[in-house]
Formats: sequence, structure tokens, C-alpha cells
Amino acid sequence: MSDAITRSGVVRDSLGVGIAVGAYGFAFGASSVAAGLSVVQSCLLSLLAFTGGTQFAVVGVVAGGGGMAAALASGLLLGARNTLYAMRLSPLLRVRGARRLLAALGTIDESTAMAVAQPSPPAARTAFWWTFGAVFGFWNFTTLLGALVGSLVDPATIGLDAVVPAAFLALLAPRLRAGVTEVRVAVGGAVIAAALIPFTPPGVPVLTACAALLLAGRVRAS
Amino acid sequence: MNLWVLVVATIAGCYLLKLAGYLLPERVLERSHVRRMVELLPVALLAALVVVEAIGAQRRIDLDGARLAGFGVGAVAVWRRAPFLVVVVTAAVVAAVVRAVFG
Repeated sequence: MSDAITRSGVVRDSLGVGIAVGAYGFAFGASSVAAGLSVVQSCLLSLLAFTGGTQFAVVGVVAGGGGMAAALASGLLLGARNTLYAMRLSPLLRVRGARRLLAALGTIDESTAMAVAQPSPPAARTAFWWTFGAVFGFWNFTTLLGALVGSLVDPATIGLDAVVPAAFLALLAPRLRAGVTEVRVAVGGAVIAAALIPFTPPGVPVLTACAALLLAGRVRAS
Repeated sequence: MNLWVLVVATIAGCYLLKLAGYLLPERVLERSHVRRMVELLPVALLAALVVVEAIGAQRRIDLDGARLAGFGVGAVAVWRRAPFLVVVVTAAVVAAVVRAVFG
């Protein structure tokens, strides 16, 4: 296969990922204003935090009436996986200076998955930058759209309350297929969260679910 | 709660977590238990978020039929390995239709 063909395939796949994520961005914008954030605050999160799971986690806690510490902690714990992605991408991208600062912003699930799936470092770089660009464009455009629509319509009317858990499940699914430890930790986390919902302030069930990691530790020791 | 403080702290925290990965020495990753914990953390958090967003409503369990129907169909789509866009759109459409029909 020639480099040109590989490149156009990578670019096409990147745009496909961007469009798919765009639908999720709409749900974020609408959920965010429904939770009480302004349109500008919602758009700034998408522009500069630019990591969907964290953004949903934070506005989810706000929507539930939870505290700032719980909102921030669950968001940042979820965002910690991006550190791991960056460490994996660093030797592939070999970026310095301003390009490194920009690459950091674009270090998310989608751009990492597309980059590490490529056969060579040049293809990985193409995949990273194109996926970052496509997701960034669609995610921010649809966040604005969702925030404006969400200001006018109750997100539940258009079914967006069902989109949020379904999208989290879609993010979780590939990890569940990775191994039995993942399944054990996921079931543990789900049970802990469900049990705590009636008894703790919003945000705390999700944070406490991290205790499910102890189930993985026990497996390793045995 | 001051939402501006939360927004700015979230933005700063998320960006610094990303940047840290480009600045940390590679040997940190070689500690396999550190890597494994960071890999498993989102598994626990995402599973908890699925549950909270599917059946939670502030401090109580709320089994909303329309939301559960949309989520259920979305979950089947995930299980069938449907594209992300299909998962999102089917969940929304099913929830919206069930809510419109059954109020």
C-alpha cells in the first residue's frame, strides 16, 4: 500500500471518529446548561478541558446538587488516564515547545486509540493530529449547538438523559473486553455506586467506586 | 457553588494531567503497578457513572421508564459493537419516543 493511500484512509477514519463524537458533544452542551452552567462555561470546558468523560462527570455532579470537591475530584480522577495516554504518545509524536503544548490539549481517548493503532510513527502522527482536529472541531461545534438548544428545550424531552449512561457504557465496553480483572473492577464499582446513591451526597458514589480497585489488588496477590 | 471556580479548576487540572504525561520520565510507566492502577481507575469510575446516570436522581434511586428504555437499547447497541454514533442516537430516540408516548 502506498503512503498516500494509507494517509487518505487515516484521514477518512479520523473524520468518522469526529462525526461520531459530535453527537455526544451535543448531549454534553445540552446537559451542561440543564445542570446550570452557562453557554460560555459549557463551551470553555469543551474548548480547554477537552475530555468528554470528565466534562460529563463534572456537570453530572453539579446537576445532582453535589459539592465542588466531589465534582472536581471525580472529573480529575477520570482525566488521569490522559496522563497515561500522553506517556504512550510522547515517543511517537516527539513534539517540543509550542507543538507539545498543543499535543497535550489533544491527548484524549480517540486520538490516542487512532495513533497507537497505526503501523508506523509517521502514520501515528497523521492519525493523532487529524483525529485531534476532527474531534476538536465537531465536539466544540456541537457543544455550542447543544448548549443553545438545551437553553430552550428540556434535554429529557429529546432523550438526552438516556444518552449519558449509554455513552459512558460505550467508553467502558472496550475495557471490559480486555480481561476478567476489568470486569471484576467494573462490577465492583457499579455495585458500590448503586448502594451509595441514597445515602451520600451526589458525586460521592462515583468517587467511592474507586475502592473497587482493591478487587484487582487481591487478584494480583493470590 | 461558584461554577466559574469549578470550570477554571477543571480546565487547569485536565490540561496539567495531559501535559504531565509528556514531561514525566518514561521510567514511571515501567512501574507496572502504577500503570495498572491508572488503567483500572477509569474502569471503576465509568462503571459507577453508568449506574449513577442510569438510575440515580440526586440522592435517590429513580427508575424512569423512558430513560431506562433508551439506556437499555443503547446498551444492546454497545454489546452488538455498533458505532458510537448509533449508540448515542438510538438511546436518545428510544427515550424521547417512550417519554412522548407514555408521558
